[in-house]
Order: sequence, then C-alpha cells, then structure tokens
Amino acid sequence: MADDAVLITNRGEIACRIATTCRRMGLPTVAVYSEADAGAMHVAAADRAEPVGPAQPRQSYLSIPALIEAARRSGARMVHPGYGFLSENPDFAQACAEAGLLFIGPSPEAIRAMGGKAAAKAVARRAGVAAVPGYDGEDQSEARLLAEAEAIGFPVLIKAVAGGGGRGMRAVAEAAGFPAALAAARREAGAFGDDRVLVEKLVPRARHIEVQILADSHGTVLHLGERDCTLQRRNQKLVEESPAPGVGDALREELGRRAAALARAVGYVGAGTVEFVAEAGPAPRADRIWFIEMNTRLQVEHPVTEMVTGLDLVEWQIRVARGERLPWRQEDIRLGGHAVEARLCAEDPARGFLPSPGRLAELVLPEPAPGLRIDTGVRQGDTLTPFYDPMIAKVIAHGASRAEALAKLAVALEGCSGRGVALNAAFLAAALRSPAMRAAEMDTHFLERARAGLLAGDAAA
Amino acid sequence: MKIAAEIAASVWQIQARPGDTLAEGDTVLLLESMKMEIPVAAPRAGRLTALLVAEGDQVEEGQTVALLEA
Repeated sequence: MADDAVLITNRGEIACRIATTCRRMGLPTVAVYSEADAGAMHVAAADRAEPVGPAQPRQSYLSIPALIEAARRSGARMVHPGYGFLSENPDFAQACAEAGLLFIGPSPEAIRAMGGKAAAKAVARRAGVAAVPGYDGEDQSEARLLAEAEAIGFPVLIKAVAGGGGRGMRAVAEAAGFPAALAAARREAGAFGDDRVLVEKLVPRARHIEVQILADSHGTVLHLGERDCTLQRRNQKLVEESPAPGVGDALREELGRRAAALARAVGYVGAGTVEFVAEAGPAPRADRIWFIEMNTRLQVEHPVTEMVTGLDLVEWQIRVARGERLPWRQEDIRLGGHAVEARLCAEDPARGFLPSPGRLAELVLPEPAPGLRIDTGVRQGDTLTPFYDPMIAKVIAHGASRAEALAKLAVALEGCSGRGVALNAAFLAAALRSPAMRAAEMDTHFLERARAGLLAGDAAA
Repeated sequence: MKIAAEIAASVWQIQARPGDTLAEGDTVLLLESMKMEIPVAAPRAGRLTALLVAEGDQVEEGQTVALLEA
C-alpha cells in the first residue's frame, strides 16, 4: 500500500468521518475491525480492512499489539486513533513511534502530562491557569481526604485520578456521606488500574464549557472558539454547541488564552480540548470558570467547531502531524453563526437512559442539507452490540443565530426514527425546544431533572 | 426467586456472594452494556442462594443471573 496510508484504529461514526477526510486529501485508508464488526459501515468506508480480534474491546480495539500488527500487515504509515479506545493512551502513541508509524496526535510526553487529572492540575498551577479548588496530593488516607474536603467546603466531588466518562466520580453533600462515597469511587477507580482519587469543590449548578485548540510543531497554538456541552446524562454529553451562550468576545479571548497557555506548557501538537466548569447562568463570568482537564485527542463534538470555523479538524490534525505549519494567526480565526449537535443514541430516556442494544431493523435519518450535517457509522439492519457505545449518529445543525440552529436541529431530530431499539430522538428534540434551553438557563443536571416533563411533552419542563 | 438481567450486557463486577443477606435494592452485580454500568439489585430482601454468572460473562436480556430466597 502507498506510503501515506492511514490506519484508523477506531470504529463507528468517527472511523467513517476520518476516512471521508482522508479520501478528500488523497490518502488511502485502512480500517480495523473486531469479529463483531466484520460487516460494519466503517469497514466499507475504508480502502482496505484488517481484522484485529474478538468483539471484546480489550482484545481488539484496545490491543496495542494487534493494532501495530495490522499497520505492519497493511503497510500503513500513519495512525489516526479517533476518540475513546487508545486515543489518549501514551503507551499506544509510544508503540506507534517505536514501530516507525506516525501517530496523528500529540507526543506520548504531552499525553502523559495531561493524562491524569492530578498531573493536569499541576500543569495548570505552573501555567497560572485557575483550576477547580481541590486536593490532588499523594496522601490518599481517608482522614486526609476528609480533612481536605472540609477545608474545600462541602459539597465536594471525589474523582478517580485515572477516571473518565463519568466513571469513578461521586458527589458528596456533607461529611457524613464521605466515607461511603470514597469507598465507591475507589472501587470504580480500581477498574482504571489506579485507585487514587482527588477531591474537588463541587459547583452545584454548573455549565460545561470547553475550548478547542490546534497547535503545530513550529510553536503556533490557536484556539478555535469554545463549545458548551452542558446538556448531559450520567456525566456524559448529549448536546453540544458553539459558540457557548453568553460568552462574548472578551471572555472567549480569555478562555482561549488559558487554553493556549496549557497547550504551550506541555509542548502540545495537534487538536486538543481544554475543559472548564462554569457557574450556571446565561452570562458566565471569567472569575467563576475553572479548568478541569484536557482531552488530548479529537472530541466527539468537534463538528460544531468545524461548522462555525469552516475548518476540517481531522485534515489539520493530519497536516500538523506531518510537520506542516498552521497558516493562520489567531485573528484570522472567525466564528460564523451558531452550530448545535445532538447525539442520537440507542437508549431509552423513559427507563433512565437505559442503553438499548439490538438489531436496528429500521433507521430513518434526515438527508444532509446546507446547514445540516449527519455523521453516522451504522445502517439499517446493523446490530448494535453491548460491546460498544450506543451512539447511532451525530446530528449537527448550523444557523445564523442560536435560535435558528436549535429549531433546525429539533426538526431534524423529529425526522429521525427507528425500529428494533429505543431511540432518544424525540427526547432530545423536546430538550432543544424547552424554555430553559432556549434561555440558556441550563445546567449539567437539567436533562435528568427535567426528564419526566420533557417525555410528557410538558412545555414548562 | 430469579433475578434477571434487564438488558444484553457483560457482567462487569460481582458485589454479593451466595449466602449474603441482602436488603431490597442492594446491588448484586454490575452489568456493563454500551459503555454504561447497570446495577442489578435485589428486588426484595432475602438471602442470595446462587450466582449463575461470573465476571466477564455475556448475558442476554431476561437471563437469570442469581437466585434469591426471601
């Protein structure tokens, strides 16, 4: 295979989306697939495909030796890890380098520096960026952690240092509940192979705001605006938008400056996301926004940034990984209009967002149109297995204003339907049309709190 | 009585052992499906008499995973 082939070590919509950009750039692609995915859409989307093992992710999409071997067999010279799986695993980035493969992402050192939540907070301290007040020290005794929680002030959040996706995280309202919550968080943290935890101030009503950065290997670090990802369930995002409501030019500049300072502090190259927590309310304040962590990879919700900047982030990940210079200065980056994304998932909001594996006997998605983008990795007739995440598609709408983008996305979601598994499309449409969302009065618990009302069609939800 | 999985999943973590006395709502085991953990709880108080699955097993929707004696 040609020298510039890209091995895509992922599956589903993101593998398809990466293949689309590679094709546009004239780069051949190699998919990898587990036994459960032999007939999957992402396999058909690539020029060739390599099997990497059984359905269990640990033995296929998370197996470094299997993936390196797939690169060797196919002759691919570049590796795009997508998001999830091994995308933030420094050992994988290292193994690619040692096998002579170009890893499309930051260096193993940068991934390590930002990989643990405690390490990232230490970087923030050095870079002078305000992080959420908390304790991330080595003394992990219950007595010390409780004393630190009392010093921070309840409510607090206990987080697994190595956790992610909402796992290994516990909110604690008062000291009495601390020991039980600590035990539960440690038990979940153990699943990440590291049972250390940190304690942070809990912002009771919070918005999640994050900044997209893009850096080359010649010292240029750009920020590409922010995204608001406040609508979540189980600490996992369901709706994301850019720009963030209420963030004006001055605050955007300030958050971008903080994000770029963190990227520079670790010699970051590639696309990355710096996440912040903000006190809820339609007008966030700079002194009530704190750094939480950095994701050293492409983000699920990157399309909203692409729609307001007009840039293809995967293209620029590949270009900067190959040593190209970013051809812009910060002032060249302009945000146009407003974009909102919703994650269409096989899950049942009426049953507490219970996932819904099964055969997708029927799937109807709206046709892409100007200002309407659909990123998907499954087709009608596919089986959604318990092994992988429940996302069926990302539906992304762009409009001149936030109101227009929200309305357009709601209509698009109302045009989604399926049979064989539960879908969250109608629930998401109701959330987008809710008065709280339209007024930007949402917080990270809004969906869970308003769930029943949204399902019942209660306009006041 | 039978305790069943409400969803196709893999058994992630077993939290109760045969012989344990459980209160209603106590977690017997955690399933993992589509990257979410789903607790399987005792539907009422009783003694767990058998665990029919092991960590790492795949279970089908409706499959009995444990037996409870009220």
